[in-house]
Amino acid sequence: MADSASHSHSMSHVAHHFADSEQQAESSKMGMWIFLLTEVLFFGGLFCAYVIFRAWKPDMFYEAHKTLSMSMGATNTVVLIVSSVTMALAIRAMQLGDKIKTLAYLWSTMALAGVFLVIKYFEYAHKFHVGQLPGQFYTYTGVEGTNPHVFFSVYFAMTGLHGIHVIAGMIAIGWLIWRTQKNHFNANYYTPIEMTGLYWHLVDLIWIFLFPLFYLIH
Amino acid sequence: MSMVMPKMNYLAEPKGLWSWIVTYDHKRIGLLYLAAITLFFAIAGFLAILIRTELLYPGQDIMDANTYNQVFTLHGAIMIFLFIIPSIPAALGNFVLPLMIGAKDVAFPKLNLASWYIYVFGSIFAIYSILASAVDTGWTFYTPYSTTTGTAVISMTLGAFILGFSSIFTGINFIVTVHKMRAPGMTWYKLPLMIWALYATALIQVMATPVLAITLLLLVLERWLGVGIFDPALGGDPVLYQHFFWFYSHPAVYIMILPALGIISELIATFSHKKIFGYKFIAYSSLAIAFTSFLVWAHHMFTSGQSELAAMIFSFITFFVGVPTGIKIFNWLLTMYKAQIDLRTPMVYALSFIFLFTIGGLTGIFLGALSVDIHLHDTYFIVAHFHYVMMGGTVIAFLGGLHFWWPKMFGKLYNETAGRIGAAIIFVGFNMTFLPQFVLGSQGMPRRYWTYVDAYQPLHAFSSYGSFILGLGFILVFVYLMHSLIWGRQAPKNIWGSLTMEWETTSPPHPHNFEEDKVLQHGPYDYDKVLIDRDEALTDYGYDTTTGEPGEHRESVAKE
Amino acid sequence: MENEGTVWLPPANSTIAEDVDGLFYWILDTSIIIFAIVILLMAVFTWRYRRRGKDTLTPAKDHNNFLEALWTIIPTGLIMVAFFWGFSGYMKMRVMPLEGTEIKVTGQKWFWSYQYEEGANLTNDFAVPVNKPVTLTMSSADVIHSFYVPNFRIKMDVLPNRYTKVWFEPTHEGVFDVFCTEYCGQAHSEMVGKVHVLSEENYAAWIDSVSRFGEDLPPAELGEILYVKKACVTCHSLDGSIVQGPSFLGAWERDIQLTDGTTAIMDENYLRESIINPRAKIHVGYQPVMPTYQGQLKDYELDGLIAFIKQVKQQTGQ
Repeated sequence: MADSASHSHSMSHVAHHFADSEQQAESSKMGMWIFLLTEVLFFGGLFCAYVIFRAWKPDMFYEAHKTLSMSMGATNTVVLIVSSVTMALAIRAMQLGDKIKTLAYLWSTMALAGVFLVIKYFEYAHKFHVGQLPGQFYTYTGVEGTNPHVFFSVYFAMTGLHGIHVIAGMIAIGWLIWRTQKNHFNANYYTPIEMTGLYWHLVDLIWIFLFPLFYLIH
Repeated sequence: MSMVMPKMNYLAEPKGLWSWIVTYDHKRIGLLYLAAITLFFAIAGFLAILIRTELLYPGQDIMDANTYNQVFTLHGAIMIFLFIIPSIPAALGNFVLPLMIGAKDVAFPKLNLASWYIYVFGSIFAIYSILASAVDTGWTFYTPYSTTTGTAVISMTLGAFILGFSSIFTGINFIVTVHKMRAPGMTWYKLPLMIWALYATALIQVMATPVLAITLLLLVLERWLGVGIFDPALGGDPVLYQHFFWFYSHPAVYIMILPALGIISELIATFSHKKIFGYKFIAYSSLAIAFTSFLVWAHHMFTSGQSELAAMIFSFITFFVGVPTGIKIFNWLLTMYKAQIDLRTPMVYALSFIFLFTIGGLTGIFLGALSVDIHLHDTYFIVAHFHYVMMGGTVIAFLGGLHFWWPKMFGKLYNETAGRIGAAIIFVGFNMTFLPQFVLGSQGMPRRYWTYVDAYQPLHAFSSYGSFILGLGFILVFVYLMHSLIWGRQAPKNIWGSLTMEWETTSPPHPHNFEEDKVLQHGPYDYDKVLIDRDEALTDYGYDTTTGEPGEHRESVAKE
Repeated sequence: MENEGTVWLPPANSTIAEDVDGLFYWILDTSIIIFAIVILLMAVFTWRYRRRGKDTLTPAKDHNNFLEALWTIIPTGLIMVAFFWGFSGYMKMRVMPLEGTEIKVTGQKWFWSYQYEEGANLTNDFAVPVNKPVTLTMSSADVIHSFYVPNFRIKMDVLPNRYTKVWFEPTHEGVFDVFCTEYCGQAHSEMVGKVHVLSEENYAAWIDSVSRFGEDLPPAELGEILYVKKACVTCHSLDGSIVQGPSFLGAWERDIQLTDGTTAIMDENYLRESIINPRAKIHVGYQPVMPTYQGQLKDYELDGLIAFIKQVKQQTGQ
């Protein structure tokens, strides 16, 4: 449909309705930032719920948080931070036009995301096993205080939603690897890598908030 | 000379049903939205007629209490989520926004199409929940009722959740388009006011909808897993749900009304043929209203047991939404002073809007005042108030906009006489339906009542008869608009002599909007400097350009 | 004192009502004036400046500092009046009196019950003394309800797991409607009670009689009264028609199918359990929506209700 033949520019990645490559890249960047804003607000609702319930039942939250594995949480924090670095390096590599390095960094990011999920899986599996489940499925008896299931409801809602975002990020990175392989990107055009990078940093950032809120309650 | 349809237009090119299904063209996507919202408006409107019929007399008239509860819930939910929210921004806005700023399309055409498909996907959930076991919670889904009732709350809520993403995508698209895609020369202060309004709306869509999304998601989890965040039986807080819900749903009211204010600014300026009074004020007040809309949500909860301090603060800020809104009305009136007013169908709707919206706005003052709100909260006074704003405001403006841009969208003219009669019937029917409801409410009639004490019967009956007239008005509008698509006369480029940019292209527009790259020639309201010569076009269509009685002679001109 | 009510508002029958009505009419009058100005200007301009010929250029004037200041300052002043007036009235409603009658109110699907300090427990209809403050402490047994008496201009949500309070001081004797204004399901519109405002002597006599009500009545007769007073009538008919719950007609000693697949006989024990713990056994074809009456019925009242249901069976035999 959108035939670019009738337009003055010849670069194939510029869609018909943009005047030039710069306008297109700036539009994408702005759109992405607004999307990230909506993501922050999306999680914001959950952070609000967290604050309200923690203020309401501080003792129960303190007691319940002891059941979480601090070492696993800390490892995951490190894993995600490193993955953010490799993501940034992937963008840098493509800015320099280095396809091999880009691929290597993208694969490492992907692998680190996988490590994160595996660790998360072990944490979840343990909680399922002992009955630290949200809401009415909660059967664990080792936490003092009223309604400890609420803590786990909020925990699963927030980390679960974050986990879904990690999976979505892995899909996006997979798509980038495929496109890089197909030589869709070059030193002049790497917007999708940059955009996915922004998204990935946000996912990382949200975890950096989640970690102290759940694992390091005083 | 006779006008013919331009060969290269977006309706004709490219051809085939498939080309519509996979279209990235904002104009076609706008039409897809238009078709979908018309369908849902018809469904929800039919439900409204059922409600009014049931309320003719106390006790059971045509349905039992359970059915009634489902019908009013679906009426509200469909009207809000499937009709009003997408009506002006996604249907009309999608069509006109790039045209008005001289762009070839929105910034992200694929995202635009995706938003339509997400809308359709979400509406399937809504339809499923009607067929499965219609929801009976009211469109607000208040907990713990919504977590305990036996009806299909999950599918309806998921539907609304999905629709939220459609709204977010449209919002992102509009913000970026307005920032990055304006034609050279079109500075922020040269933007038509409709664009300012759509821009402010998009900001709300982007910032409020995610909070609704997470709220509805938690509601689904609450019902499904019993997570105990909102359900008091499990240690949750039902008032927290109300806070979350209204944090979105109050700004959502402005998603519905702000674009309507934008349309009215366009209509008043064009049909007064005069520079709009207080351009900057109207532009900034859209942003101010959008901002303030985030700070007033708890005025829906004055009786919920929140603290007195909170009630005071929210009441205070609520009043401050009133001032800029009131000033807009005065600005429109002053635009009409010493103007050249052309009372075409869209202008009839604009005047009708001023009448109805002023009532809607003034009755809002009653509800902002704390002690009076305690008496009026959750009565028919509220029902009447928000129908005056949502329907008397948004729907009337939507119809005004539809009649305004109809010749541009389809390249066809509708029958002017039928248009004015339709607008008049809707105006009369609307007032008959909702004016009595103010009195019902201040007399104490609670809302969402399937039956009522006998004293309220005469006013209820009057209201119901009004709604039947209103229904007829909408049917008439639908009929003559459809008629015009086939038998209507070909529209010229600029039938109204408007100075905004969408009138500089053919009717209907070129697939890429304009045949050449647009550069701004004059401001959108420079009626003091620029005169569009539309006499030739008008004479051609049988308009008498000397007596100033537009449309009177149209029907006498022999058809080619 | 005569008090008729108007086209707009029902009669004002509490101490705060006058203040609320005063503000209501002040806003109404101001609004009508503003509305008249807007519509008049609109009509005059539309006629006076109608298009009379070819398009021409129109004046460029698009601002006027004086007018703009005027229509900013005047509305701001007006709404400030509405705000302060409304807030002061609201505070009068929210500051609870230190003395007077206190009643515990429970809202549940779909009736109101009132627990007096004197021991009386009433459903839907209750009474209060005139010219004395009354404080209601309210909570819900299920979903959110809202307690509304239009003639008193008071309204307050009734929440589960939490208490809310509302007070009023009636100024006139009479009977006034109580509505539920927060949507609560099927019979929301029938969750309607009455508040009887009595003179001081009548109230004293009434509260005395009601606290000991029914002890000396024959059980079936008491049951018939309770059937209406405790709102059984909302969901259970006596003529065989199906409302929300099974009809009592011919119910006695009938075999009934339960949702768990077993059967039961509608006898004294079944009825007692169904009233105290209604969700324990569910009749096939009905929703488990009946609220519990635990703590709201004394033993002799339960006996009375059962005797009454038994009698409904006997009547059909005739």
